[in-house]
Amino acid sequence: MGVASVFIAGSPADFAQERHVGKLAGNAGSGKQLYRRFCIGCHGPQGDGNGENAPWIDPKPRDFTAATFKCRSTPTGTLPTDEDLDHAVQRGFVTTNMPSWNPLTPQQRADLVAYVKTFSPRWGTEKPGTPISIPRETPANIDNILHGRELFQKMECWKCHGPEGHGDGPSASTLTDSKDNPIRPYNFSTGSRFKCGETNQDLYRIFMTGVDGTPMPSFADVIQPNDAWDLVHFLRTLQDLRTPESVVWKKYAAEHAKDMKPIGPNAGGGR
Amino acid sequence: MSIRFPIRTTAVRWSLIGLLLIGGFLGLVMFGRGGSTAQAAPLPGIHVRAIPAFARKYGLPCSACHTAWPELNNFGQVFRDNGYQLGNERDSPIWQNPSYFPVTFRMTPQWHRESTNNLAVDSIPGGGPGSTFVSGKVQQNGFDLSGMDLWTAGTLYRNISFSLLPSADSTGAFHFEAAWVRFDNLKGSNWLNLKVGKFELDNLISEKRFLFLSANGGIYQTYHYDVPGTINDFGYGDNQLGVELAGHSKNSYTRYSVSVLSSNDGNVGFTSGSGAPSNRGYDVNLAFSQAFNGGSLGLQRIGAFGYFGQRPTYYQSSTGSDGSTVALIGFGNKPFYRVGVGGDFFLKKLEFLPSIMYGHDNAYLGAGVPSTSPLPAGAKAPAFLGGFLESHYYVSPQLVFFGRFERIGVSQQAFVNGGFPNDYGNVTAYAVGYRWYPIMFSRAGLAWHSEYSIAKSNGFLPLSGNGGGLQVFSVANPVWSSSVMLGFDFDF
Repeated sequence: MGVASVFIAGSPADFAQERHVGKLAGNAGSGKQLYRRFCIGCHGPQGDGNGENAPWIDPKPRDFTAATFKCRSTPTGTLPTDEDLDHAVQRGFVTTNMPSWNPLTPQQRADLVAYVKTFSPRWGTEKPGTPISIPRETPANIDNILHGRELFQKMECWKCHGPEGHGDGPSASTLTDSKDNPIRPYNFSTGSRFKCGETNQDLYRIFMTGVDGTPMPSFADVIQPNDAWDLVHFLRTLQDLRTPESVVWKKYAAEHAKDMKPIGPNAGGGR
Repeated sequence: MSIRFPIRTTAVRWSLIGLLLIGGFLGLVMFGRGGSTAQAAPLPGIHVRAIPAFARKYGLPCSACHTAWPELNNFGQVFRDNGYQLGNERDSPIWQNPSYFPVTFRMTPQWHRESTNNLAVDSIPGGGPGSTFVSGKVQQNGFDLSGMDLWTAGTLYRNISFSLLPSADSTGAFHFEAAWVRFDNLKGSNWLNLKVGKFELDNLISEKRFLFLSANGGIYQTYHYDVPGTINDFGYGDNQLGVELAGHSKNSYTRYSVSVLSSNDGNVGFTSGSGAPSNRGYDVNLAFSQAFNGGSLGLQRIGAFGYFGQRPTYYQSSTGSDGSTVALIGFGNKPFYRVGVGGDFFLKKLEFLPSIMYGHDNAYLGAGVPSTSPLPAGAKAPAFLGGFLESHYYVSPQLVFFGRFERIGVSQQAFVNGGFPNDYGNVTAYAVGYRWYPIMFSRAGLAWHSEYSIAKSNGFLPLSGNGGGLQVFSVANPVWSSSVMLGFDFDF
């Protein structure tokens, strides 16, 4: 890596602009210094995801010039809010090289968000989407879980995520992201966190906003909110965790194992 | 205690030093423009730490974990506190390419000049008829090497971390500077981490990770100070052997540690630093710090520590096969302690690191007599108050200027009316310099290091510099020891 390239870590946009994360005003000028310190190795001097480490990283670092972000509270295809970007920086992305930057101060993260937004002209011509509303969660009872299971079958989630949620569905090996890089579906059996959070609300938000830049679409126009909640409850049973859903599910599954149809091709239903 | 500007030197000498420091920088600028790659520089008296093996593992630049390597920033502190884990489910070695090996080498080829005065030297160099000992200055300069760190650290498994640091002096003689295994996040809690082995005390201001490398600037005098005359060999900056229970909040804003350590200043084989056998006692170190979000100014941290130890005053002995007396085990333990407070404050790019330490030894340690004997007349419990104020200015992640003022005052001599001046043993030290990192990426580290440092100790040899082992000519006068260092500090 050349010495010069470090010094001229450039930005195509206005450094002086300020952005707001909560009550904090982020300053892109300060964020540039922080970006150079923390982010440049993966995301690159131009923010295009072509940092020096990019060739060895899987999944690839985000390309900020495209302004396509996986984790948003806003509808698919729209820009995320500053808070969304701050949450991503703060949370990190599990099973990727992106760590949690929670040790940075809130001001530093706000400055970084401001600088990241200088890489794409979209931020100058578009406004962030309006965050989706998240209705009250349905009860985590067996009826709702079973309904979620039916939806998992009916909506063919298993084709990517696999019948058991292990990320090994028949389509899994064919998936690519928006830059044609191979991408693996989420394996629900590993870990307690998703890429975009760890709560039921986070999982609901993922359904309804989609994971832009990946094959995971938004289901906002396909299913009703209550259906999405039921799907959330079922997916929680696929995790190797003790959740309210898993307690209910294990009891039910032990008593009705013979009656349940398997998930997958030609299964025809969830119960 | 009055504070005086200590450098009694000529304008010519200052000019030379300035030229060296500035010229070195300009030379590096030209070198950098040439697009060449370079090699690096280290630390003469002390070993400091940074491990690009982690940068290679995680693809992060050095600057992600270090304000200026090797000093940790809060992100690096959290990473270290978490047992060298980022918590992204990619920490265990199982995720690494099998060829990955977390090892790093650090060394500092350098040019340096050392000078110490008030030493007893022969009046006619080479001795001979008519030569007597007079007060003289020992001054030397030339190209040299530092010691070398060969450091490996990382995770053995999820939540089991380790560190092994064989370290050599500039002749290549190795010792184990650190060797420990740590069980992290016990019971799933950040607050329970257990470390066993040899490790650095949980200092808020780490001497192992600071920016100073020259012979006189390369140690915190306070961390290694013992009042002249005491038989206590303890150095707060020395790595110790034992077990440490430590914990921290998620973002490491709150940190604590409790350590139980062998009473031998980290020496192996049941020996002390002097080679005498150690006792069978244990010391305790307590440390706590709390950080606060300073908004746009940055993170602010304060902390306190206390080390409570004991050292032997006589030895059980036996007779060796050659008839000589062989010391076996230290007995007659007498206590000492070091307590202090410190801070790490940011004003945007300007960082201040203040620290104050009070040290107290039992009178038997000060007098150096067995605890079974009465104290000699005039024997007192020696004590000192020391501290420093260090400052860094980060022009960018690749250029940092630094300076330090340090002062130690003996508040109680080991003997009353011992024939020494009242200020005998006081120390004053200064250091200034800068580090420039022409490359800053995730494979290796290189820094151009320029530093000037000077230490004054009243009536006895400084802890640092090139006067070690020599005789002071006059205890009534101070000993000045200065260093100029220019080198390449590299870490791969």
